[in-house]
Amino acid sequence: MFDNAQKCRRSTFQKPFDLPLERVDNIMPADFNWAIGGEAGDGIDSTGKIFARALSRAGRHVFTSKDFASRIRGGYTAYKIRTSVDRVQSVVDRLDVLIALTPRTIDENRSELHDGSVIIYDGERTTMQNATIPDDVIGLDVPLKRLAEEAGGAIMRNVVALGAACAVADFPIENLDSALQKRFGSKGQKLVDNNKEAARAGRDYVQETYDHDFAYDLDTTDEDYVLINGDEAIGMGAIAAGCRFYAGYPITPATNVMEYLTGRIENYGGHVVQAEDELSAINMALGGARAGARAMTATSGPGIDLMTETFGLVATSETPLVICNVMRSGPSTGMPTKQEQGDINQMLYGGHGEIPRFVLAPTTIDDCFWKTVEAFNLAEKYQIPVYLTADLSMAVTEQTFAPDAFDMDDVEIDRGKVVDEESIDEWQNEKGQFKPHALTDDGVSPRALPGTTEGAHMTTGLEHDELGRRTEDTEMRVEQVDKRNRKVETAQEQEDWSPREFGDPESDTLVISWGSNEGAMVEAIDLLEEEAISIRFISVPYIFPRPDLSEEITSADDVLVVECNNTGQFADLLEHDALARVQRINKYNGVRYKADELAEEIKAALAASQEATQ
Amino acid sequence: MSSDVRFTDFKSDKQPTWCPGCGDFGTMNGMMKALANTGNDPDNTFVVAGIGCSGKIGTYMHSYALHGVHGRALPVGTGVKLANPNLEVMVAGGDGDGYSIGVGHFIHAVRRNVDMSYVVMDNRIYGLTKGQASPTSREDFETSTTPEGPKQPPVNPLALALSAGATFIAQSFSSDAMRHAEIVQEAIEHDGFGFVNVFSPCVTFNDVDTYDYFRDSLVDVEDTDHDRTDYDAAKDLILDMDKEYQGVLYQNEDAASYEQAHGLTENMAEIPDGAPDDATDLVREFY
Repeated sequence: MFDNAQKCRRSTFQKPFDLPLERVDNIMPADFNWAIGGEAGDGIDSTGKIFARALSRAGRHVFTSKDFASRIRGGYTAYKIRTSVDRVQSVVDRLDVLIALTPRTIDENRSELHDGSVIIYDGERTTMQNATIPDDVIGLDVPLKRLAEEAGGAIMRNVVALGAACAVADFPIENLDSALQKRFGSKGQKLVDNNKEAARAGRDYVQETYDHDFAYDLDTTDEDYVLINGDEAIGMGAIAAGCRFYAGYPITPATNVMEYLTGRIENYGGHVVQAEDELSAINMALGGARAGARAMTATSGPGIDLMTETFGLVATSETPLVICNVMRSGPSTGMPTKQEQGDINQMLYGGHGEIPRFVLAPTTIDDCFWKTVEAFNLAEKYQIPVYLTADLSMAVTEQTFAPDAFDMDDVEIDRGKVVDEESIDEWQNEKGQFKPHALTDDGVSPRALPGTTEGAHMTTGLEHDELGRRTEDTEMRVEQVDKRNRKVETAQEQEDWSPREFGDPESDTLVISWGSNEGAMVEAIDLLEEEAISIRFISVPYIFPRPDLSEEITSADDVLVVECNNTGQFADLLEHDALARVQRINKYNGVRYKADELAEEIKAALAASQEATQ
Repeated sequence: MSSDVRFTDFKSDKQPTWCPGCGDFGTMNGMMKALANTGNDPDNTFVVAGIGCSGKIGTYMHSYALHGVHGRALPVGTGVKLANPNLEVMVAGGDGDGYSIGVGHFIHAVRRNVDMSYVVMDNRIYGLTKGQASPTSREDFETSTTPEGPKQPPVNPLALALSAGATFIAQSFSSDAMRHAEIVQEAIEHDGFGFVNVFSPCVTFNDVDTYDYFRDSLVDVEDTDHDRTDYDAAKDLILDMDKEYQGVLYQNEDAASYEQAHGLTENMAEIPDGAPDDATDLVREFY
């Protein structure tokens, strides 16, 4: 691949460069794809976020993704941005401008670079001496460190690179200013000004050194967008929903939920506790919920393993609790910084014995916010643990939304059957004892929060009677099991478990996915449409209870179930529901689906299916 | 809180299934007396219990209560107290629950110094599973799973607590009813984590650490010139391998509780019926 590559040494680098300079007209599609990559510790994430925010503030839609390792220093990491004036909701296999701080950054992204892509690098950096620039790519040697030092400090070299990228993309540098202000404002105006100067130095260097008309031109609009990731949307949803008590233990990729809440939830009378482990975290959250607070914990698969011990207690004591599982690649420590949707079975079946639980899987970042609100309402209405599951790719992906996607006036809170001092006597036995597990038609019992007069009661992980006391009575055992299951039937009747639908409802090809695959799939529909392939796409945000798709599945010619795991855990559920076979499209290499890749996968699956029927 | 609460108000109508003569009867009675004496009533009290003979206590007492999983009672109590600091929270456990499976939580609960009390019924044996070694069993204590004794030194819970930064360390004996109730009462009144290790003899499976043993060997710190605020003096008593003590061995009244340190005073159960008024500020942050 690198046969004709040019060694990029400063000494051999001649200006103007002798790389292909013809403007390639077909490389400026509606979207622009940019990345910065280097070693962990190079400030990649922070720099990427500055550029993403600058684009967002300029009224452009942004969708970001990250390649990263779980090391704080060392190891390849990259922050990638796809931007357009139209909505973008997936990454694609294409890079237009790459800021490469290390040679490995170029190697890792070689397949995404195309004829006319631009690589910005610092040929004076020692480690870049051995880098090779592919010969179909435009290499721009910019002395990032030197220019940064001139502007006030070497640490600003990434900002110099941003300025250079602005020149390449014809993106007005003023758009960077407010993002720099936001990032560095708290550290003093001098630092902000130095950074602005550094950015301009990068831009000027490119404009003065390379007299070239690059193929890119980033328009701006007057739209106002917010830029938010999935973990933040979950945290914001929790505060909006009245969550006031959070206990957690840090784990990638769920830590951001805890970090978001810390410093914010206090403003609303809440608190975040960092527990000594996940066992403690879920028990603290359980305690908070028993005290009457809307409580939550967030973790990832390994943490769910530990929490499973207490999960059964939460469920059988009928305690409303939201357990957020931001999935990552498993099993065991797996690939901690990689994408996977492998925990459906764990959440549905984890724990000994049998006990109902709800599992919600938001499909987009804004949906993370709304499903969090919904999770708290469902937990309290049905006094049941609710798994709220996102995955790594959604958790760490920033995306732009119109601010009204998070309209706080639309947040509704339903606390369910909480009794007060007036209504409590309806729920007492002849001895005046409160019945926290009263047998009811809808399966939901009254709830007396501690402090309620005459409400004192116990509950336990032991099978219990209506008073919450241990029992081994065979009839009561059956009645309590049936009562808990009845809550699910009630919820299935009373709540809306509809999926989201896209594409052509008349198409014979049905694609079903759950969780974060929605964005890539929605874009894949457009790509397939260009090739006259029509798709009906159902995106499912509810794992349990879930919509019954039997009719849709049995009436389609081809049913393709897309998920980021090896075995097709959701496909298993759908087959079970519909008593019919589906085809599975699975990805488990640790990277989320990209729209163009998914379109190819679907085409291939349809071709194979056609071949099989011929 | 009503002033006419009697300790029997904390008693449920469920008859304990502890063995006749079990130390846990006396331990529980003292807990109920201490709760009543400190002006609490069942409707503002939350008792958390773990697993083991001690774990049954939530059933025999009357209050808001949770009987949880093995070893995790302290985190539950922590959550209850922080979510509603107006509640009186008492956590009960045994030596297995607190010093074996739950020892990690014990250390961190001590460090955290949440204003609640922790009463451990220490009988130096696993009773509910019919007589295996516990972490406080003596090195040569023969049981069904340790025929020649555990051959490892017992845990010293008071020393663990002291090294973890405890602000209140006490020890009592279930059959010295008045002193036990007084000591638990002091733990409740302490502004922070009030830890009481209670010698609560198992009459069925432990023929070494018996009522007679404790009656004969316990030294009450009230009968000495011990100064409970003196850290070094407390350390000497706690590490004394020759004697066992009852009473408040250490108290630091100057340390802030977790709630004081974090400014927690409100009942978090009270929330608006929609998003908070200024919740849109949260969205604005993301511009």
